[in-house]
Amino acid sequence: MIEINSLGKSFGHRPVLRGVDLSVAKGEFVTLFGPNGAGKTTLLRIVATLMRPTVGRVQVGGFDLASHAHIIRSALGVVSHQTLLYNDLTAEENLRFYARMYAVPESGPRIDAVLEQVGLARRRRELVRTFSRGMQQRLAIARAVLHKPAVMLFDEPHSGLDQDAAAMLDDVLKAVAAGGRTVLMTTHDLTRGLALADRVAVLRRGKIAFNQSTVEIDAAHFTEMYAGVVNG
Amino acid sequence: MEPASRNLRTLTYISAALFLVSLYMVFFYAPLEVVMGQVQRVFYYHVSSLWVGMLAFLVTFIVGIIYLRTGNLKWDRIAVGSAEIGLVFTIMGTAGGAIWARPIWNTWWTWDPRLTTTTIMLLLYVAYLMLRQGIDDPERRRRFASVYGIVAFVSVPLTFFAIRIWRTIHPVVIGTGDPEAEGGFNMTPRMVQTLLFSFFTFTLLYITLLWHRVRLERLSEHMAALRAKFVS
Amino acid sequence: MDNISEPLQSVSTLPDVSAAIVKTPTPGTLRAAFAIVWKDIAAELRSKEIVTALIVFSLLVIVIFNFALQLDRTARENVAAGVLWVTFIFAATLGLNRTFASEIDRGSFDGLLLAPVDRSAIFFGKLISTFVFILLVELVVIPVFSVLYGIALFEPLFLLVVVLGTLGYAIVGTLLAAMAVHTRAREVMLPVLLFPVSLPVVLAAVRVSQGLLAGVEWSRISAAFSLVVTYNVIFLAIAYMTFDYLVEE
Repeated sequence: MIEINSLGKSFGHRPVLRGVDLSVAKGEFVTLFGPNGAGKTTLLRIVATLMRPTVGRVQVGGFDLASHAHIIRSALGVVSHQTLLYNDLTAEENLRFYARMYAVPESGPRIDAVLEQVGLARRRRELVRTFSRGMQQRLAIARAVLHKPAVMLFDEPHSGLDQDAAAMLDDVLKAVAAGGRTVLMTTHDLTRGLALADRVAVLRRGKIAFNQSTVEIDAAHFTEMYAGVVNG
Repeated sequence: MEPASRNLRTLTYISAALFLVSLYMVFFYAPLEVVMGQVQRVFYYHVSSLWVGMLAFLVTFIVGIIYLRTGNLKWDRIAVGSAEIGLVFTIMGTAGGAIWARPIWNTWWTWDPRLTTTTIMLLLYVAYLMLRQGIDDPERRRRFASVYGIVAFVSVPLTFFAIRIWRTIHPVVIGTGDPEAEGGFNMTPRMVQTLLFSFFTFTLLYITLLWHRVRLERLSEHMAALRAKFVS
Repeated sequence: MDNISEPLQSVSTLPDVSAAIVKTPTPGTLRAAFAIVWKDIAAELRSKEIVTALIVFSLLVIVIFNFALQLDRTARENVAAGVLWVTFIFAATLGLNRTFASEIDRGSFDGLLLAPVDRSAIFFGKLISTFVFILLVELVVIPVFSVLYGIALFEPLFLLVVVLGTLGYAIVGTLLAAMAVHTRAREVMLPVLLFPVSLPVVLAAVRVSQGLLAGVEWSRISAAFSLVVTYNVIFLAIAYMTFDYLVEE
């Protein structure tokens, strides 16, 4: 579903991505780990069509990013660590806005459905400003799945969440992934990231340094293995 | 550092030589103007400088469009070089005009359409360069500057008309009109020749300086790339 | 952009996932633009930050002008149009500064970029909402100005010029605001970029306003009015053609 070939990105003369090769199959959940500055956010932003690569190719669903970004966007749901929500609007108003921007058919029932899915149905008339971080993240996910995207991108969704909120988020993530969606997620949370994924990759200094199916990974020793990849 | 190419060096010598010739023409070949006296000789360089100022602005406008279409860096190098040179020549031309006006009309400045428009053009140049200065990301800087170059250039003729329209109700109070060729005095054939030769010389000067500047820009980019590679 | 030859491989028959992306409709540019306008206005109605601040600011400017210029009755009539427009320009510039700044600072600008719409929808949406805000401010300022300066300002042609002049300023202002927001000295950069470029429309608008207030016959100010309209058309076209280059990364 997502094909990343020899992707490179430099800001001016500063290279951030130096030849990334990564594939995410249809329906697969891939978690991408990596230290700060490795380029995870940059990679995700490029796949999300928010940034253009300097070199290399990205294809989503067979469509080339450079020429068909418009089409790809309608199939993408993105959750970044910024919520993309408007604080002065209610949860419902936020969703209505995005429903319009994505031309979601029958938006009324659809909005009800996603609010239900993320457990925010009863807070729909409240201003986002009053939401906790965990609630905002859940609403952000609701926003991201509103248009039934085939591909989901999550950029460090667990950041800033306490244990309870993170656990709730995991439930939502599992539900989202269960729909047969293709998911690419970056996170610092090794345990949760591993638990959710079908496959795990590590980005180190702009390149993929590790790429394996979770079936072949021993969860108990993953932390050491990760440290080894990153520092080795 | 590779030295300037042979062609550039030849051009530089030619420009310098022509400039000396034009100096001779301005001071010795052209006759003394009856009414204004020696100060009238400023006229030749005043007009030529402003001509270059406008030409440079036009060039920045055009190469900005080309850069946006092609993404080829060399066009942007020409844009920034042209803007810098154009600014200098516009300042020189305006100063020359003031020097000429003072003894003739007893004032340094009038608010007539041409003078005001030239001042606005100067401000636009400064704004253009300030915009470039204020953006860190080089790619963004080039794109933004190109767009502003287009917007700024298009506004100049509109400004001229706006001021002219304004002035039809408030006639020019000071002076005998513009001190340009068709207004202030009659030009003998020798004067015309001197003026045309000055135009030609200054244009050649502009091209020479531009070429040098573009070369410098290319070299400094090369330096920055080397430095970045060395650091990382 | 919507002419897709090969459909995306159908993802699955599971209920919650789009079967084929080609069947997903994308909103027209205008519809998306109005969605943005609606969103901006709804948010502003809640917080009331921008419009109130701009109104207060404008009234202060008028008061300051009154004292600074120390005008007698005739002089006041001559400069009324100018003072009014300067007030509008200042307020409009402040409003324009916030247009993109608030989105980018909050990170919600990405939300707009991610939507499957033409980039110009963002431009038009932002243009219209900022334009509406400035108009609201002018709606309050004009009557107050009328009273303070003892000049009747409710002639329809006069109001038309105010609207068109403001629109021209807003068009270029929105385009340049999208640039200025990414520079280091953000709030200062917008006026630096905008003032010289907007001169034609401001001068022309002041000229027409002045003429109308002084009761000058139309034939003498029609050229200036045409300039206002021409300016709007030219820069709307330029903005439409160049905005994409400002938001791609």
